[in-house]
Amino acid sequence: MNFTWMAWTLPTALFFIGIFTLIAAMGVWEYLSPGGGPRVGILRFETTRGDRLFVSLLGSAFIHLAWLGLGGPSLWWALALSVVYAIGVFRFV
Amino acid sequence: MNKTWNNKAWFMVLPVLVLVAFSAVIPLMTVVNYSVQDTFGNNQFFWAGTDWFVQMLSSDRFWNALARNLVFSGIILAIEVPLGIFIALNMPKTGPGVPVCLVLMALPLLIPWNVVGTIWQVFGRVDIGLLGYVLNSLGIDYNYTQDPVDAWATVIVMDVWHWTSLVVLLCYAGLVSIPDAYYQAAKIDGASRWSVFRYIQLPKMKRVLLIAVLLRFMDSFMIYTEPFVVTGGGPGNSTTFLSIDLVKMAVGQFDLGPAAAMSIIYFLIILLLSWVFYTVMTQSDAEEK
Repeated sequence: MNFTWMAWTLPTALFFIGIFTLIAAMGVWEYLSPGGGPRVGILRFETTRGDRLFVSLLGSAFIHLAWLGLGGPSLWWALALSVVYAIGVFRFV
Repeated sequence: MNKTWNNKAWFMVLPVLVLVAFSAVIPLMTVVNYSVQDTFGNNQFFWAGTDWFVQMLSSDRFWNALARNLVFSGIILAIEVPLGIFIALNMPKTGPGVPVCLVLMALPLLIPWNVVGTIWQVFGRVDIGLLGYVLNSLGIDYNYTQDPVDAWATVIVMDVWHWTSLVVLLCYAGLVSIPDAYYQAAKIDGASRWSVFRYIQLPKMKRVLLIAVLLRFMDSFMIYTEPFVVTGGGPGNSTTFLSIDLVKMAVGQFDLGPAAAMSIIYFLIILLLSWVFYTVMTQSDAEEK
C-alpha cells in the first residue's frame, strides 16, 4: 500500500504516534481503574479522565498557536508550557 | 455485582470506526502533514515547518475573515433566535393550522443551499430581481454587487429566511411538550403573559434553544455555499468568510500548505466552540436533574 499521497514526515508521524499512544494509555488506565474517575474540579462541573485529556490536548494546541503568533517559530517552550498546563488540568480540573 | 463481559460488541462498532477513520481521521492527518510542507504538485513536498502557521497567524487576511465570520454568526444568532421564539409562540397549538404552519416552516429547510443562493442572487438583482427592482423604485440605492452594506444585508436576510425555521421548529417542539397543568396553575395565580413566558415557556425551551443556538452558530460559522453563490465573497472581500477564503487559497491559488494551516486553526476554533456549547448543554441537563 502506497501512502505517499498522505505526505508523511518524521515529525508529523511522531506527533500522531504520541497522540495515539496517549489514547492507548488512557485505555489501559481505564482497564486498570474503570469508571473514568469522575470528579468536580475548579471548573465546577464533572469531568472524567477522557474530558481532562481532551481539555489538555485542545488547550495545548491553542498554547502552541499563541506561541507561534506571539513568540516565534521555536516550539520547545510552548511544549513545556503545555505539559505544565496538562498536569494542572489533570490535577485540578 | 458480577458484570457479564461480551467483547462481541467491539465488532459491532468496527464498521463505524473504519468509516470514521477513512472519512475523518485519515483526511485530517493528511491536512496536518500538508500544513508543515510546501508542494507544487506532482506529489513532491518540501519541509516548511511552522512557517505556514506563523504566516496565517500574522496575516490580516485571516484575522479579517475570522472577524467577519464571528460578526456574521453574532448577527445571525441575535436575529434568528428571538425571531424563532416569537414565531413559535404565535403558531397554533391545535387545529388545522398546525400542519399548514409546520409545512410552511419546513419548506425553506428543504431547499438546497446552492439553490437558496441562486434564488437570492436573482431576487436581489437590480435589473431583473424583484427585491432589487422594488427597492430601487422606492428610491433606496440598493445594489449588493457594489455596496458592502447591501451585500451583508442580503446575505443576512437570506440566512434568516433559510434557517429561522429551524429555530422555530425546535422551539415549537419544546413548547408543545409543556403539560397544560403548568398553564392552568399560572392562570389560577393570575400570571401575566410575560410571566408565563419567563417562568414556564422559556425554562422548558432551554434545552431545545441551546441545541438551536449550537446548530445555528456552527452552521453560520462554517457558511460557504450561500454567500459564495450570491456575492462570491465580494464586493472586494467584504463577504469573504473563513470557508470562502480557505477555498480560494486551496483551490484558486493552489496554496495547499497555508490552506492546510488555516484549516487546522479553523478546525481548532470550531472544536473549542463545540466543546463549550456541548459542556453548557450537558451541564444544564445535569442541573435540571
